[in-house]
Amino acid sequence: MAPIPSFPLHPGVFDPARRELAPTRDGFGYGVVEAGEENPKVVVLCADLAESTRAAWFQERFPDRYIEVGVAEQNLAAVASGMAAEGLVPFIASYAAFSPGRNWEQIRTTIALNNQPVKVCGMHAGVSVGPDGATHQALEDIATMRVIPNMTVIAPADADEARKAVVAAARYSKPVYLRFAREKTPVVTLPETPFEIGTAYVAWDAATPEVVLASTGNMLFFALDAAQELERQGIAARVLHIPTVKPLDAKTILEAARGARGVVSIEEHQVAGGLGSALAELFAQKHPVSMRFIGVQDRFGQSGRPEELFREYQLTPPDIVRAAQSLLAH
Amino acid sequence: MKALEARVLTIEMLVAAGSGHTAGPLGMADIFTALYFHILRHDPQQPLWGDRDRLILSNGHIVPIRYAVMALAGYFSRDEALTLRQFGSRLQGHPERTLLPALETTSGPLGEGLSQAAGMALAARMQGKKHRIYCITSDGEHDAGNIWEAAMFAGKYRLSNLTAIMDRNNIQINGMTEDVMPLEPLREKYEAFNWHVLEIDGHNMEEIVEAMEHAKAIYEKPTMIIAHTIPGKGIPEIEFDYRWHGKPPSPEEAKRFLRTLRTFYGAVEASHLS
Repeated sequence: MAPIPSFPLHPGVFDPARRELAPTRDGFGYGVVEAGEENPKVVVLCADLAESTRAAWFQERFPDRYIEVGVAEQNLAAVASGMAAEGLVPFIASYAAFSPGRNWEQIRTTIALNNQPVKVCGMHAGVSVGPDGATHQALEDIATMRVIPNMTVIAPADADEARKAVVAAARYSKPVYLRFAREKTPVVTLPETPFEIGTAYVAWDAATPEVVLASTGNMLFFALDAAQELERQGIAARVLHIPTVKPLDAKTILEAARGARGVVSIEEHQVAGGLGSALAELFAQKHPVSMRFIGVQDRFGQSGRPEELFREYQLTPPDIVRAAQSLLAH
Repeated sequence: MKALEARVLTIEMLVAAGSGHTAGPLGMADIFTALYFHILRHDPQQPLWGDRDRLILSNGHIVPIRYAVMALAGYFSRDEALTLRQFGSRLQGHPERTLLPALETTSGPLGEGLSQAAGMALAARMQGKKHRIYCITSDGEHDAGNIWEAAMFAGKYRLSNLTAIMDRNNIQINGMTEDVMPLEPLREKYEAFNWHVLEIDGHNMEEIVEAMEHAKAIYEKPTMIIAHTIPGKGIPEIEFDYRWHGKPPSPEEAKRFLRTLRTFYGAVEASHLS
């Protein structure tokens, strides 16, 4: 097992003393300011959650390009569509449970079918939202966005990749859904680590991997952790990081899976309709392979500390290790 | 006369399509005619001219009348108008911008066109553009919360470059609007949301044009023109009848309706009726 020169990892991945923690929503805040500096047509619309979505950072820098719509997510999406029609590049920010949770049809019709390049930014995705509980923990957003034609779906691994994803989305002429988390998670990538929309990356490799751990979003850190534990047990694993869940980078993913005995999909999302489903659709057609699905198993979230919830919903590195072992025992 | 032609073409289109809505489109013939022939700054030869006024149809199901008036204005041929709702046509059952960019938006699911129009109005103002945004809405779609979100938003941002026209025809699919979900007092509601409100007879061309000109002179507020219209206007036997909201005429009914329109309700002899 070895790191990959083409995908440099933050030293904190291996050394807790050097670990940096930051929420991916911070990456939205930094990225959207950067995008705003690059393109004066970038505007941010927010539904009364400026501080917690980090839209406030853009508001401070560009007060005239910040639009407050109040607690009105349907209006948030459709107003943004109208602004895009007039040539602007709107980012809409709220919690994923509400946007795209409440305004799915407005996103489908006025943004995706209408093909306007609005960037839908869903914060507080996953059970790691913590104490707020099930109502505020979006676990279905990848699924509901992935099924809409014209929509690109991105779940960045850490705060810095989130920043890069936001900057890339601003340059991208199509509708995009970006998924962010509330809780601080380890920074996994470095500024020079590549990110492109539509590309999957091998983040960790072995000469002859027996199992592929394919993760999206901030589960990459757990996947890397699980790969190291598997190595200690004598099981060679390859870690595949898939920030763009749609469109899938089929070429990289199929190549990564070739020769392996199985694939474990890993996501902080319902197993129904998310990354695992997308991979299963691909593998079933192009390269049938055994799979295990790490994700939320058809349940709602609940209040608790993130680490308690990761354990309760079986999203931790030991859960990933067990899934890989069961694949190989098969 | 243009409005009459538009009604005739609409009925021909609906018969050819075999499905679609009848009452709403007929009731809005005069307003669409006023917009395309008197109010909008537009160029059918350059549908995406940057300084054009934008017309957003929020209640997308009445789009046949828009297509009919657009055909008369020269956006496309009458023959193309007759492809309404057919496979491969740019004239989808509900408006789709990606196929026909002159429609400005994709709409149909009710309640969201006014938001799109408000977004356009704000974005146009932010960029110093001088064109105006017009939005047609229905009364029935005022059941939707999204409409009131948009109304609050337009009032907050004082979108004086936005003129909305409400098709107040009092019917919706399940019956009379005041039975399905009472909407009144609409004028007072919009005034309370910081809009300038005008009420007109939606079939009186002078009143329609005057109200839209008046709206241009209102500063600091968006304008809502509540246009009282008669669903099915032009065909006495279906006027005011909510059962005609969502169905097209049969070929026999259409023949009768067209005779009614072409003879000015029997006042003149028809010379070339098929």
